[in-house]
Amino acid sequence: MEKRDHIETREEYRTKENEVQEWSAYQKLSDNVLFTSLDKILNLGRANSLWYLLFGTACCAIELMQTGGPRADLDRFGSVFRPTPRQCDLIIIAGTVTLKMASRIKILYDQMPEPKYVISMGSCANCGGLFDLGYSVLRGIDKVIPVDVYVPGCPPRPEALTEGLLVLQQKVKNEKFLVKEKKSI
Amino acid sequence: MNNIAITLHNFIIENFGIDINLSLAISYFLIALIFWSFLGVIGGLLTFLERRVAGRIQSRIGPNRVGPQGIFQMLADGIKLVLKEDLIPALADKPLFRMAPYLCVIGVFSALVVIPFSSDIVVADLNVGVLYALAITTMVVMGILMGSWASNNKWSLLGGLRSAAQIVSYEIPAALSVLSIVLITGSLSMQDIIRAQGAWPHQWFFFHNPGTFVAFFIFFTSALAENNRVPFDIPEAESELVAGYNTEYSGMRFSFFFLAEFANVFIISSLAVIFFFGGWQIPHFLISENHIITNIIMIANFLFKTFVFIFIVLWLRWTLPRLRVDQLMTMCWKYLIPISFICLCITASFVLFFGGKSMIAVFIGRITQ
Ligand code: SF4
Repeated sequence: MEKRDHIETREEYRTKENEVQEWSAYQKLSDNVLFTSLDKILNLGRANSLWYLLFGTACCAIELMQTGGPRADLDRFGSVFRPTPRQCDLIIIAGTVTLKMASRIKILYDQMPEPKYVISMGSCANCGGLFDLGYSVLRGIDKVIPVDVYVPGCPPRPEALTEGLLVLQQKVKNEKFLVKEKKSI
Repeated sequence: MNNIAITLHNFIIENFGIDINLSLAISYFLIALIFWSFLGVIGGLLTFLERRVAGRIQSRIGPNRVGPQGIFQMLADGIKLVLKEDLIPALADKPLFRMAPYLCVIGVFSALVVIPFSSDIVVADLNVGVLYALAITTMVVMGILMGSWASNNKWSLLGGLRSAAQIVSYEIPAALSVLSIVLITGSLSMQDIIRAQGAWPHQWFFFHNPGTFVAFFIFFTSALAENNRVPFDIPEAESELVAGYNTEYSGMRFSFFFLAEFANVFIISSLAVIFFFGGWQIPHFLISENHIITNIIMIANFLFKTFVFIFIVLWLRWTLPRLRVDQLMTMCWKYLIPISFICLCITASFVLFFGGKSMIAVFIGRITQ
């Protein structure tokens, strides 16, 4: 983003003021009873069908498979895996991310349609973990893509990942979907 | 009174007295709306059922968080898919890409026109019903090919081509095995085929003669293959082609493909019931004076049989491994087609020598002689 250090003209100042007013109008609208209850229903739907990408990078992926298996069964919460990023809402980064893989993960993430979420699973994906000192290891996936939920552990047990998914569901439920937050004022 | 649209049309004419053409249009539109939404709900319900059955088979639980026992899971999925970004790849052929899912859905949903739910409830009892059902469901292959070509993705294209080869070749044994039914009834109308059968198992065409007995298995196998279901799901094999022909589809467009597939499960199950298992036929003592109650029993009977077959389809899906491409083609051209020809010959000679009696009737006749 380019920085502007010149003093704003009057017009520029005006438009900014208008934007602020518009923004507060949006805020009011979003607090409307109708909109909030509609939002709630839509969010319930979205939160209960977070499909994740069939994707794993290292040993944590084994635990990810286990989470989809009989004991922990992510399908109970409406989460199934899809093999293509186009149909996914959630990408679970399960395992060590090498520098070479990082660019691929970025591509996969970009291929997913909005709204999309990321769970970083295991110490390796969180911060480099065990392989922190490796010459080829990315120290944390959050250097490449934005992360919503971090699940600690090496590897995290299926219960931990399930908890991570539930936390993410909580986050999705609290979002305002209909009235988008304006990012730049 | 074998066409509910006409019945509705007469009702509108009598009570509101509007123009004949307008009333015809209105009644057909209403009926289409009702039947399409019925199949839509069935398709959604099947996605839920499939996940629960899969859960049972893999000793998991399956979705159980949304609503009682997770019955509203399909609503959650629907809401999510509608709200997803509608992504069209930059290099895709955009008009074709947009059109493909609709062709799939139209192909499957139009087959509902000739499926009789009871002796009165059928949208149109065409005299070429069998031909129509077999032909219109093949429109799906156009949608799949179109979508796979338009997405400009090699996995999609491979999946689409596989699917085209599969559907076109399995159409032949399916049609041949239905032909042996047509030989017995001498009619292509669905209602006539059902009326030629009875309510009890020994009156079903499944047990009519050895030819039809085998023909049912051929029909069911080829119908499964036409629907791209496991064990014939090589067009969407996850381990080879990312997701097959719908790799590039997201959100609502993907859900159309999905809906078409699950609606097709319903269609093939009901076709199997109609051709081989007596359709809506109910025992004589259940037919009462009240027209509506009789119809409701018929519908319940028909849907019950259909859901048994739907369960078998889901069961097969989660227990069998996937075939290879060459195995698939070998099975169709080397085994199914010759066997279905043999079935046709057996049925023809049976009809010729025993005058259309079923093998059980012939057997009983021999004993009592
Ligand atoms: S966190 Fe542990 S288990 Fe997970 S990928 Fe890293 S080393 Fe493997």
